[in-house]
Amino acid sequence: MLEIKNLHARVAETGTEILRGVDLTVKPGEIAAIMGPNGSGKSTLSYIISGREDYEVTEGDILYNGESILEMDPAERAAAGVFLAFQYPLEIPGVATMTFLRTALNSQRKARGEAELTTPEFMRRVKDAAGELKIDFNMLKRPLNVGFSGGEKKRAEILQMSLLEPKLCVMDETDSGLDIDALRIVADGVNALRAPERAFLVITHYQRLLEHIVPDTVHVLYKGRIIRTGGKELALELEANGYADVIGEAA
Amino acid sequence: MSVTAPSRAFSQAEQSLVDRAAAALMRSAAGNSERQNALSMLKQEGLPSRRTEAWHYTDLRNLLGRVGSAGTGAPAGDADILAPLLPNGHVVEIGAATDVNPLAGVTVQQVDKLPEWKTALNHLDREFDTIRLLSVAFGAKATKIDVAAGETPGGSIELRAEPSASGSHTYAICDVGDEAKAVFVERLSATSAGSLATSVADLKIGDGAEVLWIVDQEKGAGETHLSQFNVTLGKDAKLLLFVLNAGGGLVRSEVHAITEGEGAEIRIRGVNLLKEGQHVDVTTTLNHLVPNTTATETFRNVVTGGQGVFQGMIRVSQDAQKTDAKMACNSLLLSDDGGFSAKPELEIFADDVQCGHGATAGEIDADHLFYLMSRGIPERQARALLVRAFVDEVVEEIDDEPVVEALEARIDRWLEAHG
Ligand SMILES: Nc1ncnc2c1ncn2[C@@H]1O[C@H](COP(=O)(O)OP(=O)(O)O)[C@@H](O)[C@H]1O
Ligand SMILES: [Mg+2]
Repeated sequence: MLEIKNLHARVAETGTEILRGVDLTVKPGEIAAIMGPNGSGKSTLSYIISGREDYEVTEGDILYNGESILEMDPAERAAAGVFLAFQYPLEIPGVATMTFLRTALNSQRKARGEAELTTPEFMRRVKDAAGELKIDFNMLKRPLNVGFSGGEKKRAEILQMSLLEPKLCVMDETDSGLDIDALRIVADGVNALRAPERAFLVITHYQRLLEHIVPDTVHVLYKGRIIRTGGKELALELEANGYADVIGEAA
Repeated sequence: MSVTAPSRAFSQAEQSLVDRAAAALMRSAAGNSERQNALSMLKQEGLPSRRTEAWHYTDLRNLLGRVGSAGTGAPAGDADILAPLLPNGHVVEIGAATDVNPLAGVTVQQVDKLPEWKTALNHLDREFDTIRLLSVAFGAKATKIDVAAGETPGGSIELRAEPSASGSHTYAICDVGDEAKAVFVERLSATSAGSLATSVADLKIGDGAEVLWIVDQEKGAGETHLSQFNVTLGKDAKLLLFVLNAGGGLVRSEVHAITEGEGAEIRIRGVNLLKEGQHVDVTTTLNHLVPNTTATETFRNVVTGGQGVFQGMIRVSQDAQKTDAKMACNSLLLSDDGGFSAKPELEIFADDVQCGHGATAGEIDADHLFYLMSRGIPERQARALLVRAFVDEVVEEIDDEPVVEALEARIDRWLEAHG
């Protein structure tokens, strides 16, 4: 479903190279965890998959369902099924959350040649999804993410994810800022979305999240490259010994 | 008629303006000496240039006839009967209204009165007030509107000018009695290309009274409009003024507010939407004369072209302790072809006050755009959402659902056409 091949990327403005040859394959239905110390390039990778313009791909390719997506803009990628749950979701004053959700949902439907949702149908879906994630519906009457707590923002990202029903879900440190109860709620939400045709790229620092969202594969990203790949036991090993051993081996 | 010589060589546009005023006076039956005086002054002094500080960014002498005189007047279809802006609006045509009692608690009279033009309200103008001088020289028609003390009329009062091809000149004198609550709409809609119109409004808000005053300026691209809104606030009086500039070629909107009673509260919010070929200037002075008054002023400008100007003056006199006054002017520049100049000024003679101002100008936030697009919202639509958000934030500060809806509908119309 996702094939990242020898991906090199740099910051467009400064030319600083961040990804130095990432290779990664994720199959449909797979949950792939990406771990790695701060500054390894995990968020950068997630941004590049979703098409952020701040970065420039200098070498390699990203194939999604067999086709390169590098020429697609973020909206086109989203309509094709790519979703990024941001590490730091943005507050956008003046944009009503409901207007945003509706516009996003209908834009994607339109891009896929589907009919717009009726207002009652849209409301029902939002209410259901909010209920599952224990999000107070009144919160959604506010401008997008404005005044949400850190945990609320993360839950709102998952709410968007479940409404948009993407095929490739990239989650960037969704666990940070969540207490243990919220973590369970979010994990339940993610697990409910698991499906044979849907893949997840779960970026995290901690084994904690992976106890709830059990990965099929675990990849360690360090200094812009995947330095180790393994099964879920790799996450346990990292939890026990830290990154030093893995980094040492790779060096 | 006395002959007055120009104090200097007039530009062609300036001369033609003077000739138009003179011809209009000849046609009018009434020999009004005040109008004659104003015309003489106009003949002698003409229009201000950038050397007059109040007009530095809007060089009327130079801009008149060059900016906003060609192009369209009324957009097709708009000349039809215009529904009131607000659902419960009552139209009062200035200088022509016949209904003396359009709403309970409201009286409307035609009066034979001209604005006072010999003192400049903005001390940076010339020895006289330019807009009022023009208003008088062109023989503005006046209407007096009184809202009786303690009354809350069951609808808004929508002020309009009689349609005129060369440009209307109106003078509204509004008196809102103590403890009354009133909503006024000044509807400045498109007429004919090449017109020059003035509108002057003097509003007095009595003790404890509240006024919401909305200016909806949607003149045609080929029109010049000069307006002046003067307000005095009594004790504990409240004013919420909303100015929407979504049209016009050459536009100057002046606002001069004076707090005369303690506890008075001024809120000014505005949106200026600019496109190529326009010059839109908002100039405001907030004069705090007595202690314990507050003022907040926020303008949001969307610039797709043209030139915008904001001159905001907060003046606090020596007695006006505990004044709390803030102003902000934020511009969203959507094209390199347009610009917006902001000139905030504070003149503070009291020591225990809180005053501040801020001006920003920028493009659409790239991170915000990415976030919206990453959810599948196409770029054009995502930009439109962000532009709308930028202006809606100030519109939504008006805590009145029908008013917010009506203004957002006007703004959306503009954004869809030009955004
Ligand atoms: N837009 C940017 N401009 C400059 N440096 C950047 C930018 N984005 C990322 N970096 C740098 O790239 C490195 C990787 O960052 P990031 O992808 O956020 O790592 P991680 O998510 O693994 O903590 C860091 O050193 C960071 O400072
Ligand atoms: Mg990160």
